[in-house]
Amino acid sequence: MPIQSLKGGFRLLVLVAIFFAGVWTQSSGVIGDFLFYLPDVQFLAVQHLWLTVLSGGLAIVVAIPLGVVLSRPSMARVAESLMQILNIGTTIPTLAVLALSMSFLGIGTVPAVFGLFVATLLPIARNTYAGLKGVSPALMEAAAGIGMSPAQRLFRVELPNALYVIFAGIRTALTINIGTVPLAFLIGAGGLGELIFTGIDLYDPVMMLSGAIPTALLAIVVDALIALIAFLVVPRGVNPSRA
Amino acid sequence: MIQLDNLTKVFDTPKGAVTAADNISMEVPAGEICILLGPSGCGKTTTLKMINRIIRPSSGKVFINGEDTTGLDTQDLRRNIGYVIQQIGLFPNMTIEDNISVVPRLLGWDKTRYRERAREHMDMIALDPDAFLKRYPSELSGGQQQRIGVARALAADPPVMLMDEPFGAIDPINRAVIQDEFLKMQQELKKTIMFVSHDIDEAIKMGDSVAVFREGKLVQYSTPDDLLAAPQNDFVESFLGEDRALKRLNLVRVREVVSDDIGTVSPGDTLETALARIDDYGYQNAILVVNDKRQPVGLISRALARTTKGFCRDHLQNVSATVSLDDDLRKVASLMFAQDITWLPCVDAKGRVCGQITQRAMTHHLGSRFRPGTTDASSSHVATEE
Ligand SMILES: Nc1ncnc2c1ncn2[C@@H]1O[C@H](COP(=O)(O)OP(=O)(O)O)[C@@H](O)[C@H]1O
Ligand SMILES: [Mg+2]
Repeated sequence: MPIQSLKGGFRLLVLVAIFFAGVWTQSSGVIGDFLFYLPDVQFLAVQHLWLTVLSGGLAIVVAIPLGVVLSRPSMARVAESLMQILNIGTTIPTLAVLALSMSFLGIGTVPAVFGLFVATLLPIARNTYAGLKGVSPALMEAAAGIGMSPAQRLFRVELPNALYVIFAGIRTALTINIGTVPLAFLIGAGGLGELIFTGIDLYDPVMMLSGAIPTALLAIVVDALIALIAFLVVPRGVNPSRA
Repeated sequence: MIQLDNLTKVFDTPKGAVTAADNISMEVPAGEICILLGPSGCGKTTTLKMINRIIRPSSGKVFINGEDTTGLDTQDLRRNIGYVIQQIGLFPNMTIEDNISVVPRLLGWDKTRYRERAREHMDMIALDPDAFLKRYPSELSGGQQQRIGVARALAADPPVMLMDEPFGAIDPINRAVIQDEFLKMQQELKKTIMFVSHDIDEAIKMGDSVAVFREGKLVQYSTPDDLLAAPQNDFVESFLGEDRALKRLNLVRVREVVSDDIGTVSPGDTLETALARIDDYGYQNAILVVNDKRQPVGLISRALARTTKGFCRDHLQNVSATVSLDDDLRKVASLMFAQDITWLPCVDAKGRVCGQITQRAMTHHLGSRFRPGTTDASSSHVATEE
């Protein structure tokens, strides 16, 4: 098993590297430098999360119904072209969206939340639409054939079967959202971007990393959290992670 | 009772109008299974789906138990019609129990009632409720899923069922098992059933009547036996296949052909008596020996009786086979071919000899109603206009 032993060796190497990194940080006093920013990190992380919760929550509340409406058979004609427009919308850089939103709404939390909302909306709406469209026609026929009303079909058959895909959309969207929130600092909404951008400006790597590392950690935690919710909420029969 | 009155469906396609069902008129009596049979694309599914309005008819009417369904609310109509689709279509997000309980819940049954019903239905389709009710469809085999599909359609006890090739996705062995189970169930339930199939053998086995479709038209509607005995035109004849006479063997039970005029001897009779009786009855080969309970114990062959003296009990030869009254002629024919004999003794449920079945009687029975290529309207189950 040469591959196995290679892997084992690699793992050992990583452990040794981490050990030496620890020794180095301890001796050079970097840990102390980081601790200096701890109160700021705490305050800004809350602000950061708050922006995500507002914009992300708003996006979920709008995007899922939007995806549902677009997936209705009566919307078939306009839905595809609308999805195309939304797809083009996704390619606009978030920074540009924020800038635009600032030029209409001024600076502060409101334009930041709006800009983030727009950026988050699209992946969720797209996945909701795709998830619902992906429910097999045989299921839809069975549901109709046994006498479910359109609303019953939606809530008992379509949404449960699309839920896993919808959650995947929410997961991607919120992870991107958290990674994008630092830009909100540029239009005066605060968040961990304050440490990152100020750190860059002052050429202070410790300050910059004090913003960047918590941002990355937040993204990972939120991602795991949504994965957990999906694991619990999506019915076992249509949940690949519980198969 | 399901009654179709000039039911027509024209699809508008980019290539022009397609008439998928052309003035279909027919009637399925209450409690019977009607098979819609025909090659792929002949309009069976379209006709079926117009009954529960998955497809809207272009014209014509559907009556269920005498009531015109045109005015009924679509949801109400469908909840009172059991529907089994070809692709099974179990809801993968629901447990088996939830799948079976869907319609009762839509109808607002209370929980104890529909849960009890789910268990009853699992028993009926021969699946263990404790083992299966809490599972998800993806954890079941194809055959098991198909059974659940049938149970789901039956759950709210609808008087009418529509089934679109319900056993199509199962291997032949399991299919035969499910067909038998279903027929047994139907004997109790007495549903009025429209059943789509493209398999002539399935149609003959399952149907009280068979409706043969061709290019959107109903070309013959008769009992399976009449269909095989008297196909109305070349299309039907070729669709039924060259071996349709043999297929009829499946449909006829020994009871219908048996003759109770059978000569026997008892073990205590002399071979002389046996020979005399063989001659009386004009038997070619042998005579059956039965004990005092009329159970078959052996044979005395003509050659032996002629050349030997003594009692029958000392010269018994083996009885190669017997058939019972509920066996079908296919089994009889198969036994006759295998043993190279022309008659078989028939026994009743207690194993007592109650008659004989001969090759000649079988050919006669089939031949008397075998009218190749005739168009005899009186043989049709319900005459249909073409
Ligand atoms: N939705 C539809 N649109 C257009 N043509 C259709 C549609 N459904 C069925 N057809 C056509 O109607 C005919 C009968 O189809 P169908 O009833 O499905 O046949 P079967 O079930 O006997 O195989 C076929 O020629 C088929 O192509
Ligand atoms: Mg079909």
